[in-house]
Amino acid sequence: MNTVFPNRILPYLLLAPSIILVLVFFIYPAAQSVELSLYRVNRVRDVQVYVGLENFERLFHSDSYINSLTVSAKFTVAVVVAALTISLALAVGASLPIRGFGVYRTLLIWTYALSPAIAGVIWALLTDPAIGVLTDLLKAIGVNFNWRQSPNDALIFLVMAATWKILGYDILFFLAGLKNIPHDVLEAAALDGANSWTRFWRMVLPLLRPTLLFLLIMNTLYASFETFGLIDITTQGGPGRATNLLIYELYQDGFKSSSRIGLASAQSLVLLAIVATLTFIQYRFISRRTFYQ
Amino acid sequence: MSAISASTTETAIIYEGRWRRRFYPIIMHGVMLTAVFLVTFPLIYTLILSTQGTGLGSLRPGTAIVENYSDAWSRAQMDMLIRNTLIVALAVALGKIVLSIMGAYALIYFRVRGGMILLAVVMLTHLLPLPVRIVPTYDLLTDLGWVDTFKGLTIPFFASATGLLLFQQFFRTVPTDLADAARVDGAGPFRFLVSILIPVSRTNIGALFLIEFIYMWNQYLWPLIVANSARTRQVQIGIKQLVATDAVIEWGILTAGAITVIIPPLIVLLVLQRSLMSGLSASTEDF
Repeated sequence: MNTVFPNRILPYLLLAPSIILVLVFFIYPAAQSVELSLYRVNRVRDVQVYVGLENFERLFHSDSYINSLTVSAKFTVAVVVAALTISLALAVGASLPIRGFGVYRTLLIWTYALSPAIAGVIWALLTDPAIGVLTDLLKAIGVNFNWRQSPNDALIFLVMAATWKILGYDILFFLAGLKNIPHDVLEAAALDGANSWTRFWRMVLPLLRPTLLFLLIMNTLYASFETFGLIDITTQGGPGRATNLLIYELYQDGFKSSSRIGLASAQSLVLLAIVATLTFIQYRFISRRTFYQ
Repeated sequence: MSAISASTTETAIIYEGRWRRRFYPIIMHGVMLTAVFLVTFPLIYTLILSTQGTGLGSLRPGTAIVENYSDAWSRAQMDMLIRNTLIVALAVALGKIVLSIMGAYALIYFRVRGGMILLAVVMLTHLLPLPVRIVPTYDLLTDLGWVDTFKGLTIPFFASATGLLLFQQFFRTVPTDLADAARVDGAGPFRFLVSILIPVSRTNIGALFLIEFIYMWNQYLWPLIVANSARTRQVQIGIKQLVATDAVIEWGILTAGAITVIIPPLIVLLVLQRSLMSGLSASTEDF
């Protein structure tokens, strides 16, 4: 790196606010999470007892936590696979060098502006037993869809809403990735009829690999954490515990009860382990990359 | 004979090529229009619903548009919600832009001892999304007396690994001649930053603003925990209250509220979409 300005103190002053914020709001609370996870905490009685790894033991012996792990894994895999497949197909379609296709690039990314909570409202409307069009459509083909009663339908419902919401973001990144692929590669893939499928796998997909890996991680984080609003505004973890994802369980233990703070912190650390593993995998695959929220 | 068959195959190929060239775009337009319709239909249906007072669920727009929107507006105290959320989204977006430009500027244009370590520390924030530190962060906010304040809603979000990386990568691509020339001309670090570096960074600034504005506008978990009173309540939580006010969901009002809440981030997306696209393509080149 070539330095331009000789000032000695100025750069540290410029960096100081960021460093202080990271220390105060990231490193310190994370360290506290580690500490709290080793205690049994009761907020109401204001007691804190050191219990070693008991919280972790309780977690992995708890049926409800194992259930949350399973449900989260199913949900995350379903959302990531569905979202990446659909958005890749749509982004490749919208990138075809055909006159007038520029407009699709705008018309397909708008769900990026939506929140998961609003996506929840919209899909609750589509699948409402009384007035939902999707309910009617499904009834017409003999499917009785009711996510308020059926655990299976509830998970499917969340997957549909979450996938739909993230399409805009994924398409946006695929479009950006595709923009860097030479036009004739795409054109050949598009016009070559029977060979286009092979060409896509052989030529386009390898060039998109970095984008794909980036989105793989971002979508996993999205499905694991950011869908909280979607769940809270629709299923609230139910029916039963059918949609009680890890993040929802953590919220309930950390903020809806006064005696499970230690347990919630242990859950935070398990989440941290998951995130760290995923990030590590990403570092292994891509040397230089960019993150976006 | 062979000549004849050869020429017919040739004609067939040419014919097929023409057919493809003529109809292929039309077919693909059909496919893409269908895709756009399927992706957008849920929103259109919501929009239609928000105009209906009676006869809910039909595909025909109703006549209750004014009632629904004004009911949603007054019931959720929409003016307060939008104002509160605008404050938070703008403060965080601008705060992150300023802090990450400052940080990236320091790292690229100055000699910083242990700069890579500092960068790594900031990158650590990626490993620590809010859920993995939410209980202690809330405790910290309580200790600071920031619960239910705009400080509590904004300041914990100010540090931005995303922005630091974005500007760091971009500043590397800015020709060094520019900075050398500026220095030779007698421009100090501050003048170079303000009159040269920031103007050439406007695409990236636009991209980061868009990303952060939408990110903050759509925050749910943190405001749910931290912003309990009407004074600081955020739009997403306002929508939750519209869902929860009655045992029976009033779809007309709820959808009107949802549509209202979607509009600001949608406008930001439309306006800054170009910046985002070129910012992304430029910075993902070396993925």
